[in-house]
Amino acid sequence: MNCKTSIVLTGVGGQGVITAATALGKAAVRGKINVYASEIHGMAQRSGAVICTVRIGDVLCPLIATGTADVILSTEPVEALRNITYASKKTKIITDINPVIPFTIAIGGVEYPNLDDVFKEMRSYAELFLIDASKIAKKSGDVITKNIVMLGALAATDVLPFKSEILLETILDNVPSKYKDINKKAFEGGMEAIKNLGFSP
Amino acid sequence: MEITEDKVGKQILLLGNEAITRGALEAGIDVATTYPGTPSTEIADTFSKIAKQATKQNKDPGFYFEYSTNEKVALEVSAAASFCGLRALTCMKHVGLNVASDVLMTYLYVGCKGGHIIVSADDPYCHSSQNEQDNRYFALFGNAPMLEPTTPQEAKEMTRRGFDVSEELQLPILLRTTTRLNHARGTITLRKLQKPRGKGHFEKDPLLALVPVSARVKHPALLKKMEQAKKISEKSPFNTILSIGKPTDIGIVASGVSVNYVKEVAGTLKLDVKILKLGMTHPIPRKMCEQFIKSCNTIVVVEELEPILEQQFKTLAYDINSDVKIYGKSTDHFSRLYEYSPDIVADAFSKIFKVKNPFQKPVQPKLKLPSRPPSLCPGCPHRATYYAVKKAAPKGTIYPTDIGCYTLGKAPPLEIADLLLCMGSNAGIACGLSISTEQKIVSFMGDSTFFHSGIPPIVDAVHHNHDVVITVLDNRTTAMTGLQPHPGTEYDGMGRPAKLINVEDVIKGLGVEHIEIVDPNKIKETTAAFKRALDFRGPAVVVSKSPCILLESQRKRKSREKKSVYCIDQEKCNQCKVCIVRFGCPAFYYAEEGGIYIDELQCNGCGNCVQICPFDAIFKKEGNK
Repeated sequence: MNCKTSIVLTGVGGQGVITAATALGKAAVRGKINVYASEIHGMAQRSGAVICTVRIGDVLCPLIATGTADVILSTEPVEALRNITYASKKTKIITDINPVIPFTIAIGGVEYPNLDDVFKEMRSYAELFLIDASKIAKKSGDVITKNIVMLGALAATDVLPFKSEILLETILDNVPSKYKDINKKAFEGGMEAIKNLGFSP
Repeated sequence: MEITEDKVGKQILLLGNEAITRGALEAGIDVATTYPGTPSTEIADTFSKIAKQATKQNKDPGFYFEYSTNEKVALEVSAAASFCGLRALTCMKHVGLNVASDVLMTYLYVGCKGGHIIVSADDPYCHSSQNEQDNRYFALFGNAPMLEPTTPQEAKEMTRRGFDVSEELQLPILLRTTTRLNHARGTITLRKLQKPRGKGHFEKDPLLALVPVSARVKHPALLKKMEQAKKISEKSPFNTILSIGKPTDIGIVASGVSVNYVKEVAGTLKLDVKILKLGMTHPIPRKMCEQFIKSCNTIVVVEELEPILEQQFKTLAYDINSDVKIYGKSTDHFSRLYEYSPDIVADAFSKIFKVKNPFQKPVQPKLKLPSRPPSLCPGCPHRATYYAVKKAAPKGTIYPTDIGCYTLGKAPPLEIADLLLCMGSNAGIACGLSISTEQKIVSFMGDSTFFHSGIPPIVDAVHHNHDVVITVLDNRTTAMTGLQPHPGTEYDGMGRPAKLINVEDVIKGLGVEHIEIVDPNKIKETTAAFKRALDFRGPAVVVSKSPCILLESQRKRKSREKKSVYCIDQEKCNQCKVCIVRFGCPAFYYAEEGGIYIDELQCNGCGNCVQICPFDAIFKKEGNK
């Protein structure tokens, strides 16, 4: 085995970023590949910014050096841009297009940037994939599955060193049986969204 | 539960903290105690989860676990178990060890019997802490043998073997971890679970009661044990030398998570180095370190925070007349601040070894991005209390606060946190302010903090008649760390019924003459109560009682109770913005086309906004969730 895959997962507390990172890690174990991940917990539940890093393969440390992420997977557009330091021209940024407006804006003094500007700046650093994960999640049965849509999107790219089925099986193994169907739909919806963007590994 | 499976050789993914719990189970843990604190919390929460499941099934989990009143009590309870020959583990965040340090310093004199691991979870960069103190100094300060794991797998092994080392030395072991170990996830190989010992026996020994005579006997005994610890350190499998590239006289000394970065970066930079990876870092293996120094002409010491290894290596080099060049913090290649990363290590190595740093310089987005700090949840009862206090208190009132969710009241628009030092400090600070200024004082602490260390300063306020208002924000749980029970809840960490201690009963018992007990969700009444408390000359305590909204939402989900949500009648709304710029509930937002709305997904249905809206524009709507 000689591979290294570095993934940044980011978003807003409550969007299931840590759950997604854990599923990815467990899938690697299931695929018998080394995995080393890092997360910041402290205030994740109270709508703060969340970042996890998952590294798979011949890796010796759980953190990702600047400019070396293979993928930045984000459930919120500004959070993707916030972590741009991990991106290079070779990086794929996959982000949901639906902003979560931080409360600091309502109170005043700051603005949520224009989304087209956010996307434009990300494109200047890396390859950008935009998906409407919230819509796909809703269509699958529950908006809460947005993180699973994102994992489906990730699996549709060629970066994971294991088959997408392994990731899907891992996700389904970790949810109660009554939620298996909507999670499967969400995952497949995410995969399809990337394929519809014309990506073929 | 995967973590309790007895399948030798099976590989599972665990958080560093969970790996520590697993290591304790593999060593036959009898007693585990804690006071919750990030980044240590999941060690204890995992014990709690296992115990609760056993309780539910009417089974014995095999160990005793408690969320103790504070870290000092936690360490005492565990130490006593060890005196009876049982295996014990105490875990806490770094600043928790300050609270427990009074026990630790003398406990080390006395020594333990059953193996005892004390986990200190340090937090370089202060991800979720008030300081980033380096608790390795406690090992040096009190003479505690210390282990520092690099990976989750090693954390499990060090915990497991640490019990044996502890019993061999008859000393508790400090397992010093940092956030990036506690919250790292890695593959763990399971070993056999060991059967706990069950009940022990206390053998009386006059030297166990530390009076001056016994202390003068025990101090040299401790130093002797540390001599023995040096021998163990020389042979410890956790102290190893790894070679990267060709044979070389360039050495790197590293411990803890820094080893990860060193290994990764040395490979990326294609350096030829040998790495002395120290896992048992107190006492260091002196002979091994001397040999290493002799085999090198250059040494780089990589350790986060304080230059503890670096100074010891400099002393060693001096002692053996070595002219090895030692790089580290003293040469300004590494910082004493914050946590390290592969980039930071690569930057230092590229300067020391004069090679190109392959990683791009960190870039900041060109667009100005809004910050996204954590905030009090929609529906949080603390917001209602704070709103009422601000209504009641005169301008210039000082608000000492404490450690918990309610510290988030520091952020705009509430801005109701002026002073914060440590657990329990709010009331002591309030007492001192009352004698030093004419300004009014209203301090805040949570219910868990009240029991932890908030009671003694109230005693001080009563005894000296300090003119203060002390608020206990009683939300029925230890919310910030993940809803753990405390002495004020009717169940314990093992899921068993427990004696509930009422905050107000304690306060009455302390002799506080002016007590107000309020439901903060009744904002008018709460405001009036604070006004009365402020008018009272002498110490007044307000107990603001309402369950954490996360606890409430959990309860509603379980009982399938409908969550109500609130809406704004756009006809009535006058856009005065009180709901946003004064109350600051994050469920409110401005719509692009104008108008203020409530995000139904975020609204937790507390209804407090109805009370603060001057135009009666907010109304209840039955929700579906």
